[in-house]
Amino acid sequence: MAKNTLSSRFRKLDIDEFDENKFIDDHDEAVDNQGPDGTEIENLIRIGDTMTAFHLALRNPPLNTKNPAVKERALAIVLRVLTSFKSSDIEPAVKSLDRSGVDLLMKYIYRGFEKPSDNSSAILLQWHEKAFAVGGLGSIVRVLTARKTV
Amino acid sequence: MAYHSFLLEPISCHSWNKDRTQIALCPNNHDVHIYKKDGTKWTKIHELKEHNGQVTGIDWAPESNRIVTCGTDRNAYVWSLKGEVWKPTLVILRINRAARCVSWSPKENKFAVGSGSRLISICYFEQENDWWVCKHIKKPIRSTVLSLDWHPNNVLLAAGSCDFKCRVFSAYIKEVEEKPGPTVWGSKMPFGEVLFESGPSGVSGGAGEGAGGGWVHGVCFSHSGNRLAWTSHDSTVAIAEGGKTSTISSLSSETLPLLCVSFITENSLVAAGHDCYPVLFVYDGTKGSVTFGGKLDVPKQTSQRGISARERFQNLDRRATSSETTEQGLESLHKNSISQISVLEGGKSKCSTFCTTGMDGGMVTWDVKSLESDLKDLKIV
Repeated sequence: MAKNTLSSRFRKLDIDEFDENKFIDDHDEAVDNQGPDGTEIENLIRIGDTMTAFHLALRNPPLNTKNPAVKERALAIVLRVLTSFKSSDIEPAVKSLDRSGVDLLMKYIYRGFEKPSDNSSAILLQWHEKAFAVGGLGSIVRVLTARKTV
Repeated sequence: MAYHSFLLEPISCHSWNKDRTQIALCPNNHDVHIYKKDGTKWTKIHELKEHNGQVTGIDWAPESNRIVTCGTDRNAYVWSLKGEVWKPTLVILRINRAARCVSWSPKENKFAVGSGSRLISICYFEQENDWWVCKHIKKPIRSTVLSLDWHPNNVLLAAGSCDFKCRVFSAYIKEVEEKPGPTVWGSKMPFGEVLFESGPSGVSGGAGEGAGGGWVHGVCFSHSGNRLAWTSHDSTVAIAEGGKTSTISSLSSETLPLLCVSFITENSLVAAGHDCYPVLFVYDGTKGSVTFGGKLDVPKQTSQRGISARERFQNLDRRATSSETTEQGLESLHKNSISQISVLEGGKSKCSTFCTTGMDGGMVTWDVKSLESDLKDLKIV
């Protein structure tokens, strides 16, 4: 009981703040990608060319930027493309990607899971199943450990 | 492929003696137990009790027959066999966080300890004071050092750490050795010099995106010391070849992260991790590519029996699939993650047997020749 009455203010002190060698995460703001082009993709979806829209949407991912607006915009465009796909077209689309493309797609899928809307979850789960078949557990691990998120 | 279950607790670390008749391991507590092989049985012959915290690293020097252990109590002890008893000597590491890994140098005149205080302690014996002294390598390590491996020239040291990078340092101690000759990694090697660093700054391409990646769990030099392999927490394995071009080839695998890696020939490596089975990777020096060689595990003898309707519905109820396999557990020999791999016979250039220990408290010795014959399409180049 004697210990309880002593001041415990020291517990609120973050000792690593005073360490001069502490780890400072340097995220270099390298040449930044502004995300895919919305209008062009809208046109492609309207005429039914979802495959080209898909490839276009996965180009220029805004990985390096710290600006959340850019990331939100890119996410919205990619989700628009993903939800406009028919179930039977998903598998060939996934197969047309290379290894880093599958990793990027998996990142977008998990970002899409974060905010479920009425019709997005079902189609995203189908995309997830097909991407998992190609990428395996490794691609999911890379979503979790990636320091540059989309 | 012999599986021996030592304990129910995980084996934190292990090390073999020179003729592979004794193994020193830590059963996830503060002690080190030494077991001796008697035919197919293992008997415990020694218990080394000195550490106040979990023992995180053990290394047994084959020639001088000394064991070095390091633990979370921030200490390291060098044990020498005096008659029938192992006597410890304390080594002051001057670290303020736990020690994570330890490794004798090839000539056994010094050893390196990686720790959570973001530095590597290189310890050597000072004759005048009859005492182990240590020097620190601090820059530019920014986080815990998880794994270490020495280059055959006794000077260069590879370190994998939690700041997502794998580096090659020079650990040249002028008191115990002469100046080393130039290697493919560089020619100027003062103590603490970084001769190679992986990562986004200064990487010339690779198969995967590799930007940042994950904690580097395991590192290994090849037998010649010209190649360096490391596995990282983002499920990738990468190989760098020293030299002017210093290219890195990496493979993003489809498995869970690999925790340990070792070269078994100059072109093949075996890695194991959270998937509970070892995996073979083949490196092609001319193309600079790493490819998946195969899963190394004893094939399961599946009994083909029909499944009754009742079992089918039971499976549907329990596991949402009506598949035929009634196997409840894993199909691999190890039942939990493999945390360490060590070469037993043949060295890193022509390994014929290697051993893995894991979190299931078991140890498996793998024979390369019988793996090659059991599993078709497996070629060890």
